[in-house]
Amino acid sequence: MKPVPDTAAQASAAATDDPAIRVEGLTMAYGDFVIMRDLNFVVQKGDIFIIMGGSGCGKSTLLRVLVGLKEPAAGKVLYREGSLWDAPADTRARISRRTGILYQSGALFSSMTLAENIALPLSQYTSLSRKQIREVCSLKLALVGLAGFEDFYPSEISGGMCKRAGLARAMALDPDILFFDEPSAGLDPVSAHLLDELILELRESLKATFVVVTHELASIFAIGNNSVYLDVETRTMTASGDPKELLAHSQDPKLRRFLTRGQEQQKDD
Amino acid sequence: MTRQPAPPRADAPRRDIAVADGVVTLTFSGSWRMDQTLPDIEAVRQALAASPAPQKLVLAGSGVTSWDSLFLTQCRAIIALARERGVAVDAGALPAGVESLLSLAAKVPERQGAARTVKRMPFLERVADMGYGAAEGVRNLLDFTGDVTLAAWALATGRAVFQRSQLTTLIYQASIDALAIVSLISFLVGLILAFVGAIQLSQFGAQIYVSTIVGIAMVRVMGAIMTGIIMAGRTGAAYAAELGTMQVNEEIDALRTFGFSPTQFLVMPRMIALVLMMPLLCIYADLMGIMGGFVVGVFMLKINPIQYLTHTWQSVPLANFWIGLVHSTVFGVLVAMAGCYRGMRCGRSALGVGQATTAAVVTSILAIVIATAILTVCCNIIGV
Repeated sequence: MKPVPDTAAQASAAATDDPAIRVEGLTMAYGDFVIMRDLNFVVQKGDIFIIMGGSGCGKSTLLRVLVGLKEPAAGKVLYREGSLWDAPADTRARISRRTGILYQSGALFSSMTLAENIALPLSQYTSLSRKQIREVCSLKLALVGLAGFEDFYPSEISGGMCKRAGLARAMALDPDILFFDEPSAGLDPVSAHLLDELILELRESLKATFVVVTHELASIFAIGNNSVYLDVETRTMTASGDPKELLAHSQDPKLRRFLTRGQEQQKDD
Repeated sequence: MTRQPAPPRADAPRRDIAVADGVVTLTFSGSWRMDQTLPDIEAVRQALAASPAPQKLVLAGSGVTSWDSLFLTQCRAIIALARERGVAVDAGALPAGVESLLSLAAKVPERQGAARTVKRMPFLERVADMGYGAAEGVRNLLDFTGDVTLAAWALATGRAVFQRSQLTTLIYQASIDALAIVSLISFLVGLILAFVGAIQLSQFGAQIYVSTIVGIAMVRVMGAIMTGIIMAGRTGAAYAAELGTMQVNEEIDALRTFGFSPTQFLVMPRMIALVLMMPLLCIYADLMGIMGGFVVGVFMLKINPIQYLTHTWQSVPLANFWIGLVHSTVFGVLVAMAGCYRGMRCGRSALGVGQATTAAVVTSILAIVIATAILTVCCNIIGV
């Protein structure tokens, strides 16, 4: 049986056709072991695009392919500038200049203070003076609620704070596209909610596009306006569209189980 | 101290087997806990294998006073046995918690292919696998060497991007921090060389040549080798662990996505620090070694201190000094490369960091010894 992608919500998304990322026929593999095949989806500009799926289905790997850390086995990741994996180095640099990534663990450079962490991309890509960089760092830290923590080292602050500092660093260059790997993992419900609010605010103010890997249902429905569901058994995407629409209209039993926290049992159970 | 088997207690676990009309009834009673010796399931196997084959297995546990995971494992094993033989199981009479845990464990069927089966491959296939593995290793190493060369070229043309402040710290760690251990070890090596030489030389009154032995040995090769090995264990291991942890922590990914080359940003400063500091440490080690020999010469062999030093100065050709410096520079490159290579290739786990660190030390010491052999042959050929 070939899974049929859910197209319920694509009609509304197609109305504003300004793709930020277009994924075509993407197949990812570790050696001979194929994780996901035939991924086709479009992230529109201004979307909060959710990559969802069960544990171990390849969500984070997909993110690594999208940002240029892991080469796909086949297929294309198309940005406005061109195909990420076929582009010459300077084009790739232009693409990565426009993107920011929040890693699962924060991935702050442990040998640098928070301010130095944020300053690093700024000093690489801009010609700001030291004082201006310092001011930008303070601003970004204040935006994520860490004002005054400029000179702390990552090991001196809590995991949730590391995550927020990682977000500040991801936003350092005012990127158009922000990638989040499991933003709410390891956060308490209140902090996770605040992070969702922050993402929504940032979308309003920065007009940025967000690609979020998560399996946190509350976040998925709170922030997502487009999504793709990766199914671990068939090793491909089985649905895409607005998660709320998917919950309302999708007929796919596995997706329904996922979106309802397993409350709706599979029909053949 | 040996553990005594627990004496039988009043609440010892009991399992009675009753067979009637094709129904096997197991009645459990007593305390089924890990601190008890439990009856094994051989008797149950026999009861189930008896002919005529039983139709049904009833597990009853109303007499069980207390239980833990061990009871569960036994029930599970018995149920599996019954399933194997196609005997229906009625576990309804077990304590309520046991029954629900058993059905919880049976709820999600074992994922097909999830259990690892270790297949023993034929000998030739294993040899071929090792060969492929080695070829892959060589390719990775060449890859890394190429990366480092490109980064070094970028550095030479002033385009390499890294943090100056970090370089200062690294240089400090690779020099001042290492002084104490280098002093101690080189001093003792000089002392040992002098002792070994003194025993032979004093037999025919040539004690003064102890200074020559210690001087040439330390300056030409021992100083460089000892600093090389110390730095491999100290700094090379630290580099592997640092970069490995950064790998685990996704820091290297983060660097890459910011458009930094990890080779330029992380490997180059470490290379520079070691390559610049190793020759200096080597000179220092030479001096400390000569001091060690001096102590033996002056206090044990009663050689005049001035005479010892002038003899050292006169009998050690200057070429040896340069040879020592070449050695230590090469070792600096090797130790830094080995440490960084292992760190950059580290697996994403705590286990990976440990392996990377071990491999870094082993690789650098091996590389030091091989390089010494090659350099010695080269020196021989050009006649210095």
